[in-house]
Amino acid sequence: MSTATATHDDHHDHGPAKGLMRWVTTTNHKDIGTLYLLFALVMFFVGGAMAMVIRAELFQPGLQVVDPQFFNSMTTVHALVMIFGAVMPAFTGLANWLIPMMIGAPDMALPRMNNFSFWILPFAFSLLLSTFFMAGGGPAAGWTLYPPLSLQMGDGFPFMIFAIHLAGISSIMGSINIVVTILNMRAPGMTLMKMPLFVWTWLITAYLLIATMPVLAGAVTMLLTDKFAGTSFFSAAGGGDPVMYQHIFWFFGHPEVYILILPAFGIISAIVPTFARKPLFGYSSMVYATASIAFLSFIVWAHHMFTVGMPVVGELFFMYATMMIAVPTGVKVFNWVSTMWKGAMTFETPMLFAVGFIMMFTIGGFSGLMLAIAPADFQYHDTYFVVAHFHYVLVTGAIYSIMAATYYWLPKWTGNMYDEKLGKLHFWISTVSVNVLFFPQHFLGLAGMPRRIPDYSVQFTDWNVVSSIGGFVFGVSQLMFVWIIVKAIRGGEKASDQVWEGADGLEWTLPSPPPYHTFTEAPQVK
Amino acid sequence: MRKLRELAGLASAFLGATVTTAQADYGLLNMRVGVTETSKSVYELHMIIFWVCCAIGVVVFGAMIWSMIHHRKSKGAVAAQFHESTTMEILWTVVPIVILVSMAIPATTTLLAMEDTSNADMTIKVTGLQWKWKYDYVDGEAAGVSFVSSLHPKHNEARLLGADVDLSQFGDQYLLDVDNPLVIPTGQKVRFLLTAADVIHAWWVPDLGWKKDAIPGFVNEAWTKVDEPGVYRGQCAELCGKDHGFMPIVVIAKAPEDYAKWVSEQQASIAAANASADREWTMDELMAKGEQVYTTSCAACHQANGQGLPPTFPAIAGSAIATGEPDAHIGLVLNGKAGTAMAAYRDVLNDVDLAAVLTYQRNAFGNSASAIQPAAVKAAR
Repeated sequence: MSTATATHDDHHDHGPAKGLMRWVTTTNHKDIGTLYLLFALVMFFVGGAMAMVIRAELFQPGLQVVDPQFFNSMTTVHALVMIFGAVMPAFTGLANWLIPMMIGAPDMALPRMNNFSFWILPFAFSLLLSTFFMAGGGPAAGWTLYPPLSLQMGDGFPFMIFAIHLAGISSIMGSINIVVTILNMRAPGMTLMKMPLFVWTWLITAYLLIATMPVLAGAVTMLLTDKFAGTSFFSAAGGGDPVMYQHIFWFFGHPEVYILILPAFGIISAIVPTFARKPLFGYSSMVYATASIAFLSFIVWAHHMFTVGMPVVGELFFMYATMMIAVPTGVKVFNWVSTMWKGAMTFETPMLFAVGFIMMFTIGGFSGLMLAIAPADFQYHDTYFVVAHFHYVLVTGAIYSIMAATYYWLPKWTGNMYDEKLGKLHFWISTVSVNVLFFPQHFLGLAGMPRRIPDYSVQFTDWNVVSSIGGFVFGVSQLMFVWIIVKAIRGGEKASDQVWEGADGLEWTLPSPPPYHTFTEAPQVK
Repeated sequence: MRKLRELAGLASAFLGATVTTAQADYGLLNMRVGVTETSKSVYELHMIIFWVCCAIGVVVFGAMIWSMIHHRKSKGAVAAQFHESTTMEILWTVVPIVILVSMAIPATTTLLAMEDTSNADMTIKVTGLQWKWKYDYVDGEAAGVSFVSSLHPKHNEARLLGADVDLSQFGDQYLLDVDNPLVIPTGQKVRFLLTAADVIHAWWVPDLGWKKDAIPGFVNEAWTKVDEPGVYRGQCAELCGKDHGFMPIVVIAKAPEDYAKWVSEQQASIAAANASADREWTMDELMAKGEQVYTTSCAACHQANGQGLPPTFPAIAGSAIATGEPDAHIGLVLNGKAGTAMAAYRDVLNDVDLAAVLTYQRNAFGNSASAIQPAAVKAAR
């Protein structure tokens, strides 16, 4: 391996600029990664605050806190902010920090575009959130924006559409950058099948993004022209088709679901071997399983629409295709368990979150398998059972993986160990409360409580009370996460270059923290 | 001050949560078995796949937990270095496929039965509206019966923000009761044709075992056959705007003789309504009836005080249309306004109801304009 540091004295312009302009004009992958991660953290709390409003209103039957229209905008914007503002930017931030360090590249391939793709995001979300202050209020038709309902929105409608366009442009640019970086800038000797799985999963995710974000952009643009230009793409009265919107949306939406989880698979595949001190089991089958999931994600979209009245042949096709996803997903879980098997495990915070991920993501996978059964879905669809399902895969799945990644690589990024005691406490409080929050929602859905309602019949009270209490504890306990990060940035026990005894990969050959520019000379990979 | 009171109310709700739950139920854990063949086979599918998941969970989590207990560094475990096994990889690809195929077979059978709407004994058209349901009996002995079903007025008052009503009086029917329930005969295959007038809704009664979207411009089909007389409750399951949570469904299954009695009552009231549409109504009669109709059909958007919620829902108080030419006013309410939330009431309200509510709108909230007679509405159709 070559020298990692490359701070030549004659290159004065290569250090970070001073002050605020460093962050505005930066083209450095580490700075941009940091910006993405901070932005995602802020959005996590913005979306989380909306979830707190939702849980406060649902704490008791009757309306106590907000009116139904505002409640609907809370559920809608909570989802938009968490998906496009928190989880996706967090993964992009991790990609920015880690991919160059993992493949031995000095930076991302397209650094100026990298800067641009980040800086679009604060504007996109300012636009989105500004709709709350416009006549008619924020978007309230659900994050899926089904017409005709979404077309009833007030003055904020075009702002919301442009916000989605901007977020989409940002994602596409970020993805192109990642693809180009991975395909062109790997260190000599790092063949595709030697890449860390995080790099692999992001490569596949980036292709999914490039393929599907334009589809979303098309769908919302048609909404825009239906509203303002007199077109009738989705209006039956004008010869259009409201169900067509759902097909187009979910053609984007289902791959989007895997966009939110594939990088998580990569993170877990990095962490579990480290703390089991044993190589990842079935590396190549992991790669093939990821690719299979990506392929299947394009042919299962209508399982979100079993109740729209498709021909029975269509329902059967989408049911079978959806059930097939369980196979490659199962392969992944079995591989992780086999990686742990006969290892020499320790359970530092990243490993705790990774183990929590595997268990709770699997629970979300089980309810996903149940939802795939079309006749049963006729009962589950649009109930709290679905809410429980996708929060298990997104909160204890995607977000747990992001937290695991943060704890795992934070010592590398900052050069300081985080507070292990607090980290473990954060894990345990989060894990207990998140299950108190979401597990009872399975019961509510099965008992007949629809999703997206601000008020419910009194027999649903008990589990809603339990769920809300879990929600408040989970919400507040995330402040610990912020505190632990701040503490680690400000100081703490110095981290070694290796950081974790069992860690393997190019990033661990760099100093902690890594210098501003790394791998200016490519390392050799055997 | 009001906010403070709300906060205080919330805090006391926190403390009193256990008190108010006396009639609530921690025992609501599983899917309802329901009362139809369909709902029972759906329940069975649900339980099979649930136990399959549990079994897989026991194996996977069991292995994981066993490993976490025994393969710890602190217990002196030394990491093995194996990282491949083709046998295992094939095994855990093939076994799930076999499980899935065996699951797909009963699921397919049930699905085909659910989607078979042929040989129905009678047909009811269900139309979703923001935020109520309209039922039209298309054929059979009740052919021609048609009515709108909305959230029961008492529940409608109780559900307002800060209403401070004791909800326990409603028992487990809070928000699940309507003014005019749908009535079907037992032992007959009832086919439903589902559509919507404004946005997408979904018609769901858990005890019948399915939900189906009601989509404007489309007609979806579904069916049910209930054998036991009873009252079965559900609600809209597709987000349809502000009052999505407040458009319940009540289905009453009656034995054939009771059903026949109900049908004749309905037909008598239709005849009475037709007769009353032909006579001249006094201002007082129109205003009294108009207020009722306004409360159930208009107040959700235009508000009880006629001030609306601009800009989405304009005010009626002082509106140029509600105080202007009768024809324009009648036309707007009959046909709705494209591109807005204003629905067409042509098929929702009869001539008397329309005349009454139009007159009410023109003479309430400080408005003052001419009354509109049922005959004028009839002529404008």
